[in-house]
Amino acid sequence: MDWTALWLSLRLAAFTILLLFPIGIVLGRFLAYRHFTGKGVTEALVALPLVLPPTVFGYYLLVAFGAASPIGRFWQALFGHQLVFTFEGLLVASIIFNLPFAIQPMQRGFEVIAPEIREAAACCGMSPWRALLKVELPLAWPGMLTAMVLSFAHTLGEFGIVLMVGGSIPGETRTIAIAIYDRVQAFDNAAAGQMSALLLAISLAVISLTFAFSRRVGRRLG
Amino acid sequence: MSAVEGLSVTVRQAAPIPLDATFSCAPGEVLALVGPSGSGKSTILRSIAGAYRPQRGTIAVNGETWMCSEDSVHLPAHRRAVGMVFQSYALFPHMTSLGNVMAAMALSPPRERTSLARGLLELLHLSGLEDRRPAELSGGQQQRVAVARALARQPEVLLLDEPFSAVDKSTRQRLYREIAQLRRALNMPVVLVTHDLDEAIMLADRMAVLHRGRILQTGTPEAVTMKPVSAEVARLLDLRNVFDGTVTGHLPERDRTVIEWAGMMLETAGRSEVAVGSRVSWVIPDSFVVLHRRGRRSRGERENPVPGTMETVLAIGQTAQIALRPQHAPQQPIHFSVPLHVVRRNGIAPGVEAAVSLLAVGIHLMPPATEREGI
Repeated sequence: MDWTALWLSLRLAAFTILLLFPIGIVLGRFLAYRHFTGKGVTEALVALPLVLPPTVFGYYLLVAFGAASPIGRFWQALFGHQLVFTFEGLLVASIIFNLPFAIQPMQRGFEVIAPEIREAAACCGMSPWRALLKVELPLAWPGMLTAMVLSFAHTLGEFGIVLMVGGSIPGETRTIAIAIYDRVQAFDNAAAGQMSALLLAISLAVISLTFAFSRRVGRRLG
Repeated sequence: MSAVEGLSVTVRQAAPIPLDATFSCAPGEVLALVGPSGSGKSTILRSIAGAYRPQRGTIAVNGETWMCSEDSVHLPAHRRAVGMVFQSYALFPHMTSLGNVMAAMALSPPRERTSLARGLLELLHLSGLEDRRPAELSGGQQQRVAVARALARQPEVLLLDEPFSAVDKSTRQRLYREIAQLRRALNMPVVLVTHDLDEAIMLADRMAVLHRGRILQTGTPEAVTMKPVSAEVARLLDLRNVFDGTVTGHLPERDRTVIEWAGMMLETAGRSEVAVGSRVSWVIPDSFVVLHRRGRRSRGERENPVPGTMETVLAIGQTAQIALRPQHAPQQPIHFSVPLHVVRRNGIAPGVEAAVSLLAVGIHLMPPATEREGI
């Protein structure tokens, strides 16, 4: 059992959803309520990671983040080390490839709020911020939760992109999914089996909790 | 904008929703915006609330400008002191009744909010339901929570968007009485949007008839329903007895005007300004159509008698809605209603010969309906 890899994966997933939460709210809400030219293209771009092969997506990220790229050079100048094959690089990649998993449920969450409800919030004297906190987020909460759970689970399991952008550096970029692959390559089926079972248990627990919670919220809002 | 008490509104735009309306509403007054769906009445209400931004216009309340397109003033909705009751109530489903009311109390001191909110719920007969969520309330109760929430903001204007359309008839009657009582206690302009004429007559001091975003007539419900300015208004108000005729003469000594209707001469209230020979549309409200008692003639029956055949007799509650096909113009039935006991006593039934008098004072002449309106 590679505890370091598990800890790294959990950390990566936690940081990912922490950073994705505000991004998802802003983008999901924007896509739910605004109509603008190019909305279809924007939605397609957000959904792209769903259909692009992870290795292709990982390759582009590797090129975009590499030492020769503007982003890579900028990062190097700012922090004194390169972005690829680091935890930070992995985190940025993770946020990008989780965009559809976070934004789409959030967008749906905001979309189900009737326009009159939002108008009512304004007519009650709530500023846009207050309306977001008191009315929109509580009502869009099931969507938020789904978004976070999907992103978390997806981060734990992502393999191709992680391998392309991060490689397999123990303690830095070797996630549990990579560790399982490593163990199988080394014919260590016992360790691979243990880790796989653990990942399965975590995923099942998280998704069950979400379903139970969503049902409770659904009953409450009737 | 001068410091005028109450609400004054001017909104204008050509598209996407045509609007051309100017009106005011004094404190304590109920103004009903009446019109068919799609006439722009809800859009006007949302413009006042700040939820919709018309291209041109001014909206001012008690001397404070909320919107003025010339000066690029557009106060956001949350900074306008409006109380709005939505057609669907738009209660916050995740909050209790008390929570919904308190959600509109950001301006009140935090310590007083609970007691103020409870007071409002009590005012609207909702005591004991404070902890229920909207899903656990009946339609009428939800409507009252929505009214309480609208008042919680201490608004300067109360806006009601078809607030009674989603409740059953008996609840609606009760709510009418409550609103009528409540408005006396509130000294603020109240704008009521409705497509229900009876509702407007019952609740409003004045009504404005809207069509395609344009106000066609403003006045007391009585004035508008008795004397619509055009056949178009009469049709929008669902007045059924609208006909065409020609002015044939005036009888100044009796303050009467004579018109010809499908070959029959009728005396109407004097309108000496209308030239002889003019085509007119005319309307007579139900209440000025008097049924003759069968087999017993009386003096009043000399006034514009119209013999015909009863076509439909429809009992609604204690009243019968009747259509009479005149002998001289069977294609133009006259509608009126009488108490049910009159129907029984006179043996009125479909197919029976009968006659009515059209009381001259009730006949109102209007400019002729244009081809376009007739479509």
